[in-house]
Order: sequence, then structure tokens, then C-alpha cells
Amino acid sequence: MNTPSNLKYAKTDEWVKLDGSIATVGVSDYAQDQLSDIVFIEFNRETDDKVTKGDALATIESVKAAGDVNSPVSGKVLEVNEGLSDIPETINDDPYEKGWLYKIEVSDPSEMDELMDSAAYDKYCEGRH
Amino acid sequence: MTEPTVYELSSPGRVGIEYAHLDVPPSELPDAFLREELPLPELSELDVVRHFTHLSQLNYSIDGGFYPLGSCTMKYNPRINEVTARMPGFLKVHPLQPIETVQGSLVVMYLLQETLKEITGFSAVTLQPAAGAHGELVGSLIMRAYHRSRGDMKRTKVLVPDSAHGTNPATSSMAGFTPVNVPSDARGNVDIEKLRELCDDTLAGLMLTNPNTLGLFDEHVLEVIDIVHKAGGLVYGDGANLNALLGVTRPGDLGFDIMHINLHKTFSTPHGGGGPGSGPVAVAAHLADFLPDPIVGILEEATDELPPLYGFVHPPQSIGRIKSFHGHFGIIVRALTYIMMQGPEGLRAVAEHAVLNANYMMELLKQDYTLPYDRDCMHEFVLEGVWPDAEGVHALDVAKRLMDYGMHPPTNYFPLIVNEALMIEPTETESKQTLDIFVDAMKKIAKEAHEQPELLHEAPHNTPIGRLDEVKAAKDLVLCCWRPEE
Amino acid sequence: MFIPHTDVERQEMLKIIGKKDLSELFNVIPEEFRFPDLDIPHALSEMEAQQQFSNLAGANNACDEMTCFLGAGAYNHYVPAAVDFLLHRGDFFTAYTPYQPEISQGTLQAIFEFQSLIANLTGMEIANASHYDGATAAAEACISAYHHFRGKRPKLVLSPNLNPQYLETIHTYFGMLDESKLVVPEDQMAFSDPNKLADLVDSETALVLVQYPDFLGNIYDLAAMTTKAHEQGALVAVSVNPIALGLLKPPADFGVDFVIGEGQPLGIPMSFGGPYLGFFATRKELVRKISGRIVGETVDGTGKRGYVLTLTAREQHIRRDKATSNICTNQGLMALAATIYMSLLGKSGMREVAELCYHKAHYAAQQIAGLKGYKLVTQQPFFNEFVIECPKNVSVINQHMLEHGLIGGFDLEKVNPKLKNQMLITVTEMNSREEIDLLLDLLEEALHD
Repeated sequence: MNTPSNLKYAKTDEWVKLDGSIATVGVSDYAQDQLSDIVFIEFNRETDDKVTKGDALATIESVKAAGDVNSPVSGKVLEVNEGLSDIPETINDDPYEKGWLYKIEVSDPSEMDELMDSAAYDKYCEGRH
Repeated sequence: MTEPTVYELSSPGRVGIEYAHLDVPPSELPDAFLREELPLPELSELDVVRHFTHLSQLNYSIDGGFYPLGSCTMKYNPRINEVTARMPGFLKVHPLQPIETVQGSLVVMYLLQETLKEITGFSAVTLQPAAGAHGELVGSLIMRAYHRSRGDMKRTKVLVPDSAHGTNPATSSMAGFTPVNVPSDARGNVDIEKLRELCDDTLAGLMLTNPNTLGLFDEHVLEVIDIVHKAGGLVYGDGANLNALLGVTRPGDLGFDIMHINLHKTFSTPHGGGGPGSGPVAVAAHLADFLPDPIVGILEEATDELPPLYGFVHPPQSIGRIKSFHGHFGIIVRALTYIMMQGPEGLRAVAEHAVLNANYMMELLKQDYTLPYDRDCMHEFVLEGVWPDAEGVHALDVAKRLMDYGMHPPTNYFPLIVNEALMIEPTETESKQTLDIFVDAMKKIAKEAHEQPELLHEAPHNTPIGRLDEVKAAKDLVLCCWRPEE
Repeated sequence: MFIPHTDVERQEMLKIIGKKDLSELFNVIPEEFRFPDLDIPHALSEMEAQQQFSNLAGANNACDEMTCFLGAGAYNHYVPAAVDFLLHRGDFFTAYTPYQPEISQGTLQAIFEFQSLIANLTGMEIANASHYDGATAAAEACISAYHHFRGKRPKLVLSPNLNPQYLETIHTYFGMLDESKLVVPEDQMAFSDPNKLADLVDSETALVLVQYPDFLGNIYDLAAMTTKAHEQGALVAVSVNPIALGLLKPPADFGVDFVIGEGQPLGIPMSFGGPYLGFFATRKELVRKISGRIVGETVDGTGKRGYVLTLTAREQHIRRDKATSNICTNQGLMALAATIYMSLLGKSGMREVAELCYHKAHYAAQQIAGLKGYKLVTQQPFFNEFVIECPKNVSVINQHMLEHGLIGGFDLEKVNPKLKNQMLITVTEMNSREEIDLLLDLLEEALHD
């Protein structure tokens, strides 16, 4: 399982990359593996929308499951990777780069402290299932 | 051979049925509202009969073979049920006819209400719900109405065991409750300590399937019910597994407050390729007033000269109507026919043999498959369809390979608390011969899993079609065989 | 009955599981509640059962002996012989839900064809595998709309001319959603007109639901209402009579979002109210917002065309507490009946039946309008149901007609006290001219009682 060390992770399997005040958000390799072939993605927020940590940003649907993407941070949506709607399987192929979902301008950087680093996330995933 | 669709078989100008000529003077048609195109196929009667005959031949069914689907109770569907349901006196009756003209149908419904009460130990029954999940919704609404009638507005939590069927949490959410998971203990019972922790004054109730989806009767069921009652909650019984309890015990006696019954499981009415079912709900006395409107009752008692007059009664604090008319009458007749042919001795024999069959199979299969809960089961049991030393083989593969042996696989991947679950329910209508053949096939497959796993991965080989691309189906979303634009 | 075990087999099996007799299997049941005596009659043989049920069926006055002009949500249409003979095939009626598609292609393809026929009949892009009935399909449309807007639009505007049982059902379903608000105008007369109803649609409205033709038989053009509703951002749902669609413009032509209805008229007997068939069609964009099973086309490993249940991630067995609905069954066998019916009648047959219903109903209406003391209330175009005003109480008139073997129309006072002495009459292709003339005679006679 791939867990890049430069990212932070939520218990609900989202990853965050923080560049200054801009957070890029997606779902982890573990998540895409659990879901298996992703067939649909529904984005629930648009550019300029305000989001609160925990909001359901999107729903990802595969043949065997559907899961909500919960925002790991609060802030304002800067960009949505709408192009994924046509090729949702990108999330399976490349969850950390091409499979990014949202870019959010964070309002409270301290929320990042509540997330896990890659080692902690790996350990967390091992204990599951 | 791919069977063409009705549109592909269509030929312009073909007619399947003709009606009598118009015998009254025609009136002017409403031009503004006439449709221009009617894009339906054009087939002869033979085209239609042949087409659907071909389709039926692609199906596996109980008539064709063993169907050990856990919690579905795929017992034999007696033909006599089909005869009684189709008697013209029952079939050609409008639901809104004056009650004097439909006393026969009302008696059938009344008798089923009364019989189900007696079998399950409850005080009142509604036959209105269309299916088990619909019955669950009714149960949830009754729970809600009951608490609210007592001014108890903060009871919003419904406890659902982790082994529960997906409809349980879905229904709770739909009814405005918050479903909360209750774990099971190592013996497959509800974890009593965890249950106690979760029971507080926000508790609306517990949804309990007993025997549960592991096929196990809760060893502390009386205590579980008592804990919930003491916290002010109600206990809802999911009656999907009632087949194990007929004539053996009555959920009402054990303390359940509400229960839904699946006529299409326990009472032999046919599954029809996915319906129609029927999900009557039975309640204890303190909840009778909340039943859906209407139920069948006696409007006028019998006199020396006349029989009773049956009709519809309206529960005084009813949750309301949950569908049109009064229930799936056609299914109700079938269920009553079945019950009347069983009698009390027959019903008990049903449970006894359903449980005997399951325990027999469990005993024979536990050497070849991991049995997560090694105790006497009721009418079904769960195995793991995975072996540590058969890499890459999953329950799905076992299921698909069973089809090559001419049998329908058991329920897969449910309950969620067992890894790679295979839930097996033989039912009482299957003979020892059939069970032995199934056990033999399962043993062979277990061997193949270790020695020739490709046979499983590529299965099924002998079915009308191979494994289907479900990803493509979900992505391409072709949901119609023909559109007018084509 | 139906238990094949012999004594010998029973003993062998008990031996294998280490039990002496069957009762030992139930030691886990609390003793005080074990093996109750059930106070129900002893078992009947098949022959006795058939006799008893025959007597019960005989106690009914069914529409094979009586003449029927009653509709109001269930209809006396002709069921072609081929329909029931095909439903008798054990491979259809004893099959389960098609969760293992490799051995359920019969069921799956039949549902796929059902979806296609309903979509084309209603003019919509897709349809699901069915709901329990028209009333619950209507409730599910309301729920889908409510959740589509995530509860941000709590209002649902419902026509007062919906089938009253549908309104009741929707009320029960929405009783669970405290934040929702069902708006059903009291002034039935004024708000019959969908354009007036559209005035009640605002930015808080999720859905407006009307019936076409409506419960009183009226046909209204729904285009303007739909436009108005869409301008407010609300969705539009229409409940239809599928037989009428053999003749009438499909609701899709008005630009609506959901089309639902009761499929019982499509080859399903009245059977005292059930089992029936709810159908549900919508636009492709909304497919993930609706509940119920859906069958999709795909291929197997060799490229052979096949069908599977799809979009199952919305459903209860996967989504559990986040499912859009708890629905687990579809009305499989009834959907099959409707598919066979629509295939048999096809393009010309559906039109033919619709026209027969239309012309016979209009003949009846004109003739009744000419009877002294009776008045035709329906002013709008209608299909096969219309309202008359009687000089006496409808129940009195119906009682008289019943004595002569005729079931009269629906007493509207039962659902609306303002509709005093008003009867909803339904005429189908099953009503011959003689029967209609009998109706006229009896209506006239009833005045003289």
C-alpha cells in the first residue's frame, strides 16, 4: 500500500497536502483499493463554497460500495477536479496525483494537527478489517 | 445463444392480440393531447410466448434446483397456492367494492390476521405492508408514534446489531432515527455489556433478528429484551428467520413488541424473481392502536341467522396508510392456504426439519470450511469461503463454482461480521439426498480451491453466460434496450 | 406437508449430529416458552383446502358475474390468456432476486425490457425495476426530490386531485421527516388547475406532484406548470394511468422530471387490491437520486451481451444507513406480467385499448348527461373516468344498481364531503354497449325508488 510521507491522513481515508494555505484533498490508496473499480463521482461543492471540517465534499461510487469524502479541513473551495467525472477510475490508478479532488484555502491551519502522518496512517490501516 | 429483446424481435404491423370492434358511436379525440408516436414493439402472440419461454429457460429457480440462500427461506412453492390465489372469486374483485360483495376475501384476510397472531404470540396484525422492508418501516413508524404519544420526544436512537440485514439501518434512517451499531460477542449473541452501555433515555428501541443472520438463537434473548424494556425502549423483531421458530416458540411470548413477517419466506409464497412479497406486522397489545389504516375486523357479530359481517376498521392512533388499498391479497391467500394445510403439527415439523437440515449440513461441512461459530445453529449457518492456505480464493469464487455443479450459491458476503461469509439455509422442503449432493459439491470445491484454484476463478463455466462485467454496466449505464431516436 | 424426510432418514441425520430426537435441537429456547400449543385448526389435505377456499371465493360477487363501472385507482381491464400462462412457468415465479446474474438472465432481461417499455411509454429516458404500487412510487418520488436538495427545500406541493390514497401514503412517509412541509391546497376546485398549483411553488419547494389524468378524470396541459416550477428550481413529478398513455401525450412532452404510476391495468388482475405494480421513470441525470432496483446491460468475458443489477451502491444492502430508501423488493412477477402485456398489445394494441376506453366512456358520459336529474360535472377533456352529479345520494343509487348486478362508480363524498352526490364513473374496454345501456337504465330507475 502506498502512503506518501509528505501527506497527512484522516481516519476516514482522505489525504491532505498543504502548500502554504492551500490544501489539496483526495482519498488514499487504501480507500481506492477497498472500493475497487470506481464508476462514478459526485462533487457536492463548487468553487467559492465554504466548507467545514467533516462536510461531505463528494460521494465516490464503485460497483460494491459508495463512500463519502469528508473534508479534513475547513475553508473555501478554490478548485474542483471536475474532469474526474468522465474518468473516475483515475482515482484507482493515481489516487495521490491525478486523482486529487479539491483544492481548499484553509481557514484554520491548526486542523492539520488533528490528522495522522503516513506512519500513523499505515499502522491504523493495518489494524483494520 | 443471446435471446433478442422484444424490440429486436419486433416487426412493424405485427399484432399480438385483437379486441372487439367499438360498439358505441365514436367521440371526438382531444387533438391537443394526442400522442404522436407510441414507441412500443410489434409482436405476434407466438413471438411473445416463445420469447418469454426462452427467457424462463435461462433462469435457475426452486423448481429447478436447490437454493440454499441464507435468510431467504427458499422453500418449495406449493402449486395449490397458485390454484387458490387464482380462483376467479378472488381474482376478479375490485378492492373498493361494497363489503357485502367481498365477504369471502375479507374472511381470508381476517383468518390470516388471526392465525399469524396465534403463531407469533402477538395481539394485533396488519396485512397492509407490501414486503419485509415495508413492514420494517411500519414497525419503525409505530415505534416513533408510540414514544411521541407519551411525550417522549428525545428517543431518536435505534440499536441495530452488527449482523443485521442492510434494510434495518436503512429503515431506521428513513424513519428519522439514528441507527447505532451493537456488537456481537464471540458466541454470536448480542454483547450484553455493550448493550447496557447503549441503553439510555434516548433509546427508541432495538431491532433484533432472532435467530440472527448467523443462524444463532440469542442465548440471552430474555435478558436483552428486558434491558431494552427497562430503558424505556421497544424491541422490534425482524421476522426474516421465523421459519426456525414455528411451533417452537413465539416472539410475542419472549417479549418482542413488534415484528414483521415475510410471507414470501416463512409461508411459502413465491419469490417471483424479486417480488411481490408481503410483510405483515404483528404488535403487542400496547401498540395495536398505532397499526396502519385499515385492518380487517368484524363489524357485526354473528347472529342465529347470519354469519358475522367483516369489514375494515381504523386503529384509533394509526400511523396512517402506507400503500394503496389493503395489502397483497394474492399473496395473503397463498400464505393462508399453506398454513391451513400445515396445521399446528405441520408448522412445528417445518421448524424442526429446517433446523435438522441446517445442523446436518453444518456438521458435514465444518471439516472442510471454517465455521466461525461452532454451536448448534437454527435453520441456517455461516461458513467462511476462504482458506489461509488457498491463496487468492474468495467466497465469490466458491459461489460461482457451485453453479457449475448445478446449484445456486448460498448468500455471499453477508453477514458483514464474518469474513468472506457463505450463509446457508437449506429449508425443510429439501431431502437428505439433495443435501448430500450439495455437501459433496462443497467438499469438492474446497479441494479444488487448494489444488486447482483456476477452476474457481474462471467459474462459472456451465451457465448460460459467464461472469459479467459489472463495472462496465455501472459506467456505461445502458438501462433501456431501445430508444425512439435509434 | 411438503417435508420429504422419512423416519429412516431422520434417524440417520440425528445420529450424525449427535442428537436423539428433534426436540433437542431447541434446548437454547427458554424452557418456559418452548413448544407452545398453537390454537389453529388442524391440517387440511389439499383437496379439503381447495374446497374451503372455493367456498370462500364463492362468497364473493366478483366482476365476472357483475358489471363493473368502478375505478378510482384499480381497473377492470382484460388480461390476455398468454400473460398468466407465462407467469405460471416455475422458472419465473419460483426464481429469486437476480443477485447471481449468470443464472438469472431470464429475470434480468425481462426487467430490462420492462424498464425499456415503461421508459418509452412515458417518454422518459430511464425507468427502474418497479416499486410496490403507484402510491409508494409517488411517495418515493417525493423522497427522492427531498433528498436531491439535501433537505434545503423542505416543501412539497401536492395536487388536491391526486388519488387520495396516494396523498395519505405520502403523508405517512413524510411524517418521519419533521423538517418537511407538505402543501396540499384545501380549495380543490381552484387548485385542480395545475397552473394555479404552480403559483404555490417557490424557492423552498423541492417538488410539485400532479396526476394525469387526475383523480376526477380531468386532463390538463402540464407544460406551463412545469416551466413555472422549473423556473423556481423545483422538480416536477406526474402520476399517470399507463393505459391512457396509449392515446395521450406522454408526460415527458411537458418536460417533467419524474413519471410514476400504478401499473395494475397492464395485465394484472384486480385481486382485491394487490399485489400491484408501481413504476418510476425519470431523466438520465437523476438516475442516482432514485430508489429501487435497476438493471443494466453489459457483457461477459467472451463479449456476450448480458444483464446485471446495477447502481447497487445506492441500495440498502450496501449503503445501509445512507441508502436513499430501504426498498429491497421490486414487484418482480407483476413487472413481468406488465412486460408480457405491453409486448403482446404493442404499438397498435395499446392504442386500440385506449381508444375503446375513451370512446365507451365518452358515450356513457353523453348519455348520462341526457338523463333527467343527472348532470355531467367534468368540464375538462377526460380519458375514461368522469364525474356525474346525481339527484340522490350515491350510496343509495349504488345500492339499487348492486341489486341488479351492477357495481356503480366511486362515491366521491367518501373522500371529500364537498363532493356531495358526486360519482366517479370508470368505463373500460371490458364494458360492452349492453352494459353501458344497463347502467343508464339503472341510473334512471334509481330515481324512482
